[in-house]
Amino acid sequence: MIHHVENPALEIHDLTVSYDKKPVLWGVDLTIPNGALCGIIGPNGAGKSTLIKSIMDLIPLNSGYVKIFDKELDEIRKKISYVPQRESVDWDFPASVLDVVMMGRYSQLGLFKRLRKADRDAALSALEMVGMEKYAKRQIAQLSGGQQQRVFLARALTQNPEIYFLDEPFAGVDAATEKAIIQILKNLSEEGKTIIAVHHDLQSVETYFNWVIMLNLRLVASGPTSEVFTPQFLEETYGGKLTLLSEVGELVKERGFHAREKQ
Amino acid sequence: METLIEFFSFEYPNIKYVVFGTILLSISSAVVGCFTFIKKKSLVGDVVSHAVLPGICISFLASGSKDPFLLIIGAFVSGWISIVVMDAITRNTKIKEDAATGLALSVFFGIGILLMTYIQHSGNASQSGLDTFLFGKAAALIGVDLLAFSIIAVIVLVVVFLFYKEFKLISFDPQFAKVIGLPIRRLEIILTSVTVLAVVTGIQAVGVVLMAAMLITPAAAARFWTNRLSKMLIIASVFGAFSGISGAFISYSTPSMPTGPWMVMVLSIIALFSFFFAPGKGIVINQWRRFKIQRQLLEENLLKTFFKIGESNNDYFREIETNDIGLARTFSTGQLTKGLRKLNANGYVEKVGNAWRLSKEGHDKGKRITRLHRLWELYLTKYLRIAPDHVHEDADTIEHVITPELESRLEQLLNYPTADPHDSTIPSRN
Amino acid sequence: MIGDAISHSVLPGIVIAFLLVGSLESAWMIIGAGLLGVLTTFLIEFFHQKGKLQTDASIGVTFTWLFALGVILVTYYAGNAHIDQDCILHGEIAYVPIDLMYDDAGNAIGPKAVIVLSVVLVVILLFIGIFYKELFITTFDPDFANAIGISSSKWHYLLMGLVSLTTVASFESVGAILVVALLIAPASAAYLITQDLKWMLLLSSFFGIVSSILGYWLSYLLDGSIAGAMVTISGVIFGICYLVTVLKK
Repeated sequence: MIHHVENPALEIHDLTVSYDKKPVLWGVDLTIPNGALCGIIGPNGAGKSTLIKSIMDLIPLNSGYVKIFDKELDEIRKKISYVPQRESVDWDFPASVLDVVMMGRYSQLGLFKRLRKADRDAALSALEMVGMEKYAKRQIAQLSGGQQQRVFLARALTQNPEIYFLDEPFAGVDAATEKAIIQILKNLSEEGKTIIAVHHDLQSVETYFNWVIMLNLRLVASGPTSEVFTPQFLEETYGGKLTLLSEVGELVKERGFHAREKQ
Repeated sequence: METLIEFFSFEYPNIKYVVFGTILLSISSAVVGCFTFIKKKSLVGDVVSHAVLPGICISFLASGSKDPFLLIIGAFVSGWISIVVMDAITRNTKIKEDAATGLALSVFFGIGILLMTYIQHSGNASQSGLDTFLFGKAAALIGVDLLAFSIIAVIVLVVVFLFYKEFKLISFDPQFAKVIGLPIRRLEIILTSVTVLAVVTGIQAVGVVLMAAMLITPAAAARFWTNRLSKMLIIASVFGAFSGISGAFISYSTPSMPTGPWMVMVLSIIALFSFFFAPGKGIVINQWRRFKIQRQLLEENLLKTFFKIGESNNDYFREIETNDIGLARTFSTGQLTKGLRKLNANGYVEKVGNAWRLSKEGHDKGKRITRLHRLWELYLTKYLRIAPDHVHEDADTIEHVITPELESRLEQLLNYPTADPHDSTIPSRN
Repeated sequence: MIGDAISHSVLPGIVIAFLLVGSLESAWMIIGAGLLGVLTTFLIEFFHQKGKLQTDASIGVTFTWLFALGVILVTYYAGNAHIDQDCILHGEIAYVPIDLMYDDAGNAIGPKAVIVLSVVLVVILLFIGIFYKELFITTFDPDFANAIGISSSKWHYLLMGLVSLTTVASFESVGAILVVALLIAPASAAYLITQDLKWMLLLSSFFGIVSSILGYWLSYLLDGSIAGAMVTISGVIFGICYLVTVLKK
């Protein structure tokens, strides 16, 4: 079941994405309402991170398009923030917590401009929001997993965006951090910001999110949690792969076809 | 031509020895190189070849002689130390592997240069010739040197032959090797030792910098011709041996030409040729395959269009003008002329004046493509919940991929349907 | 390791530039070397992407091939070229004061290498000073940088360009392999003992200076290669930093 809305915050139209020529997401077509707190769920290898990355234009699309507030990504980058998976960066990098959080201000600064006091203040208040103000001077190599995740969230907060994309924000963090992060996300959502997060833990879906996207190589369901987070759709999402679909995907790769024929 | 005959008649014993030596060296490096290649540690050879220099200098300083066996021992020891240092840095610090590699390589080499210049400036008369280690001089492979290096090359080959199975496993899947109880650590030490030995001997022929090529290039080239390690070892050896002979020949026929760089040049040409033209993996072959797929797509799309026009007129074998085909589906003029000519040649359509008519085979093929297209559309709407107005594009690709076996399963899964999501009839199987 | 590869593969570029222009004018050599540097990076990527060749092998095959070509060219034209592979491999900083640069009136301004390297130093310092934050974000978190519209690949290529520039400008003095040591060793030593990028930049410059001064004295004592001695000292500095970090654990 795919619930479509008017004037969506995020619109994905007919999106197909391949890794190394093999299609990993087929024909995803969905809309997310403004102000939603949305979880993307599905089994391992279902294409959850791929979906977020293709929205952020980090991997090329085979077909389809993405619109955010009815605009192309490049027109609206300043209103978007992206929180990558924690493991995607090298935490041995010589930098302090404040250095990393202030990166969130770079998009507003542009070339040749240096960071100013206002940027520093914004970073500090974001750190305060995530409860890390005491760690501003700390080197990032010394942080725990949960603290690293809070730093990443603080970096997104300093951008003051309208829409957030988070890739597994709760993976490998302690319970206190998870609670703190979801509280922040809920507050943001109440302020009218849109939040889209990849999520793993089915137990907490109903309490965390008011909108759910269920993926397994294709879109199984997208809609308000109460309507789509049902045993029927869960079974369809997690209950085995569509073998035929994966086999056709393999064939596409093997024969060197592009997943979409160039017209 | 005369030079060639003269060269291969081995009239001069020196040529015989030089050729023999370079071939042995090339083969042993190529064989060892295959293992570093599959371990994705190709650049280890580069590190070791640079790192042997301080060892050579120290053993010369300590013994005061150029006895090849002593120099080899020095080279072997310092080559080994560089590997240990590299491992220690990556294991004990946050420094990444490639930085550690560059660090070990360049610092060892720097120390070597310092020692070498020290020896040269200290006025020791017997030092001349130490720098053949730096740049290599295959022509110097005579007498005791040749004997020493040949013995080592043979040892390397014998060890690889004896431990082939074990080396294969620890290079390919060390976890599994450990689980089945192989003495990984000892095997690693043996493999590293033969690698260092191969490098130490090979430097004599091609020099420090180009030694890396003797290990990597034959293996990389061979990889494009086979997926099996045993075959890869043989192909790499053949490439290595061939480059050895060619290098020796070139420098024989044009005495100003250096043997080592030409050996590497020949190897590189073989490798480049393999990258582009090897069947299965070569870049050009892949482009050609893509081109053929494009042509297949064009032909099948044309036949499908013929079929659909016939379907709407209820007459599959009527004559259709080129223009009408262009109206039913967008083809460029070039595509139309080329595609139709091809179809005509293959007997799928026949030309009737200015128009075209499907043959029986053409009709069957067009029907099958249309059928697959509609089946896949139905599958997408039923199983992927994609709206009927969004499935057409995807089916346009997949219709060309589905095999008869998948076709049967698709049909069964969809319970032998007769209509697609747009209520067009799904044509029956031929 | 790409820096290492580039430092070797620029050899044919230098030789070809020499053969075409007929002089060892620095500007032409740098252009020739620069072009080959770009070609090397491109070929490595090309074989890796299109040929599906693993990166380490792609690097190894590419740079040895170009280096072999360079050596063959050098030997073939050995009669009229004043470049030998010796110099390219380990350089000779001791000749630097001899090779003077003259102004239009024919007065000596100073050693050529010193002038060239000073210009390069200023360029690099300015670049890092102005674009510190772009370099910082694209090296730390390229995905995030791309997401907020700062192209990580563009900055990667600019940085590689700077690496080539430094390499080419330095190797007349210290040689192709040892320039790699001077690129990596002081930076790695600094990386081990500090966790702040700005400190790392300062410390590695400091280690570089110390290596040069002590290296000069060491070579004077042993009557050996200056570049080799400088690298030896930078290796010793790294060794000390390594021991300090390992013992602290």
